[in-house]
Amino acid sequence: MAQKITISPVTRVEGHGKVTIHLNDEGEVIQSRLHIVEFRGFERFVQGRPYWEAPVLVQRLCGICPVSHHLAAAKAIDVIVGAGTGDGLTPTAEKIRRLMHYGQILQSHALHFFHLASPDLLFGVDADPAQRNVIALARTPEYRDLAVQGVMMRKFGQEIIKATAGKKIHGTGAIPGGVNRSLTEEERDGFLKGEAPLNADAMIEWAESAIALFRDFHKKNQEMMDEFSRFPSNHLSLVGKDGALDLYHGKLRAVDAEGKKILHDVDCQEYLDYIGEEVRSWTYMKFPFLTELGKQDGWYRVGPLARLNTCEHIPTPRAQEAFEVYKSYTDGRPNDMCMHTHWARLIETLFAAESIKLLLEDPDILKDDLMTKGKRHSEGIGLLEAPRGTLFHHYRVNEQDQITMANLIVSTTNNNQPMNEAVEQVARKQMTGQKTITEPMMNAVEVAIRAYDPCLSCATHAIGRMPLEITLFDSHGCLIDRKTRWSGTI
Amino acid sequence: MAELSSFTIDGLKCMAREGTSIIDAARQNSRYIPTLCNLEGVPPKGACRICSVRVNGKLMTACTTKLSPGMEIENDTSELNDLRKAIIEMLFVEGNHFCPSCEKSGECELQALAYRYKMEVPRYPYFFPKRPIDASHPRIVKDHNRCILCKRCVRAVKDEKGRSIFAFLDRGFETRIYVDPDLAGQLTEERARKAVEVCPVGAIMPRDEAFKTPIGQRMYDKKPIGSDV
Repeated sequence: MAQKITISPVTRVEGHGKVTIHLNDEGEVIQSRLHIVEFRGFERFVQGRPYWEAPVLVQRLCGICPVSHHLAAAKAIDVIVGAGTGDGLTPTAEKIRRLMHYGQILQSHALHFFHLASPDLLFGVDADPAQRNVIALARTPEYRDLAVQGVMMRKFGQEIIKATAGKKIHGTGAIPGGVNRSLTEEERDGFLKGEAPLNADAMIEWAESAIALFRDFHKKNQEMMDEFSRFPSNHLSLVGKDGALDLYHGKLRAVDAEGKKILHDVDCQEYLDYIGEEVRSWTYMKFPFLTELGKQDGWYRVGPLARLNTCEHIPTPRAQEAFEVYKSYTDGRPNDMCMHTHWARLIETLFAAESIKLLLEDPDILKDDLMTKGKRHSEGIGLLEAPRGTLFHHYRVNEQDQITMANLIVSTTNNNQPMNEAVEQVARKQMTGQKTITEPMMNAVEVAIRAYDPCLSCATHAIGRMPLEITLFDSHGCLIDRKTRWSGTI
Repeated sequence: MAELSSFTIDGLKCMAREGTSIIDAARQNSRYIPTLCNLEGVPPKGACRICSVRVNGKLMTACTTKLSPGMEIENDTSELNDLRKAIIEMLFVEGNHFCPSCEKSGECELQALAYRYKMEVPRYPYFFPKRPIDASHPRIVKDHNRCILCKRCVRAVKDEKGRSIFAFLDRGFETRIYVDPDLAGQLTEERARKAVEVCPVGAIMPRDEAFKTPIGQRMYDKKPIGSDV
């Protein structure tokens, strides 16, 4: 009997999306889709605004990692004011922006692992939905310390953002050609030597213990962690000098499923020569692809898993050590195991914590040489590695300083096809031949999506309050089963 | 010099020279009366009505009304404060005041008054007018979405012959400020700077200077509006 299954909304992700799965008369999955059911219009309504508003206006796309949009827009506008394409800022401005960015990586990755993902890992995907959250973790004596660490790591990252951007959410620190403030000695010392656990050393220690926690869980659940929603793909990210992991600036690199370079460290200003976007009628989120490979084969992953597949090393010692262990698990080949995204994310969390400490120890962050400017241009492109993956901001301006065109390719948009692939994989395994839909089956689909830490608000826009609902219809459209979870109870 | 006169504000006995505007007389006696259109050094206009007080029971604008002996002035009352809040709300709904991305945020008098009077959600429906910004002048950008038509720029920015460089164009809901095309050349760097400074909102802004003051160091981050009185 042909069936259609709908999961709406997908929970514990940022924003709203729904999943539909179609089964044929034999109960086999014939089509599955992740629909982004929201619409946003930032690219349109930023038109006509003065270019200097872009970094502050466009970051309102998101409340989870607005710093990514703030900095990507600032980098694009840097090009317009003649401050170079990533190499023209003063040392202080560049380092303050990096500090802001790594503060954000720390808080956003901590949010994802501790608040959103760890309940699935520690309680299991088939646990009571009311238990699968960070509050339940805190109430469980065994996991209480872990929950506290998650909250405090977020706090530390947010305090770094506040010190560099002025506010924890939606600050104004990055301005065209530089930054509007540097750190005071008091602020610097607070982060470096503050009372435990709110200091950089504690963050490094906790990030390492989170990796240990993951590896321990991995050992006990190896098959699930290796095989759940596993599929080969291309991978894309920025890489720094000498192929180092760099989340703030670099060249665009892509590798295929075998690790062969298919995009050879190209200049971000030329991204349009290499990246295309496809529109499909059933979702508001576009499908980016590498133009050379075409729509069918050119899709790619971005984010922690992709970054650790494209980079060659990590320029901080402890994260490099963890990276070597991680790479040895696949004998140096690209890692295509969906659930290992959590592992990669935690290694990046450690990298962010170490980077924060190094930046805090750099005397440049206390200096007051904040701004630079040069020859005005009419177009600018800014890329960076947001917590969820590569983020593209592209603006054109007229002679009167007004924005005439904006194009944003958000991290989650880049992961559109991989998330659809993940849904397909899990649906085939979990739902083939099933007559009723169980809670664990629903959550398994969500777990696969959640591994990409999607920010659907960034990719589109959040409207309304929707229940999670799965419905089964037969081939004549008759309802045969329905499961509903309401917002606020999950 | 005029004689000192006694009067009361909210029952408190005050002294000021006769003929002083009520708003200045109040300030001299450490009493704050809010205003948006009034500006020191230029003739008062009574345009915004935020400074409305009751003088001997009658509503009057404190910027245009001169002090006379024995006046009994009501200022900080729940009725007047709610009227002021209502005016602020009307100004917010009539334009497009998107504080989150406005470069004047933290230094905007309208926003500061909204905080002072604890405006949350306006009681009136938003108009969402469609108003383009005018970036044609090389020294300033005029954002009509934010203009509250206080006429400060018209009254304060003049050329050497005393002619107003700014003026109102059109009537009613379509009214907007513009730079007199015959005097556009007179809008020197210094006068453009003055136009930016006198604008209580973000309707007249300089080019490429936005957000240079960090959050925490902006005027109203340090102390709320009116706390200097």
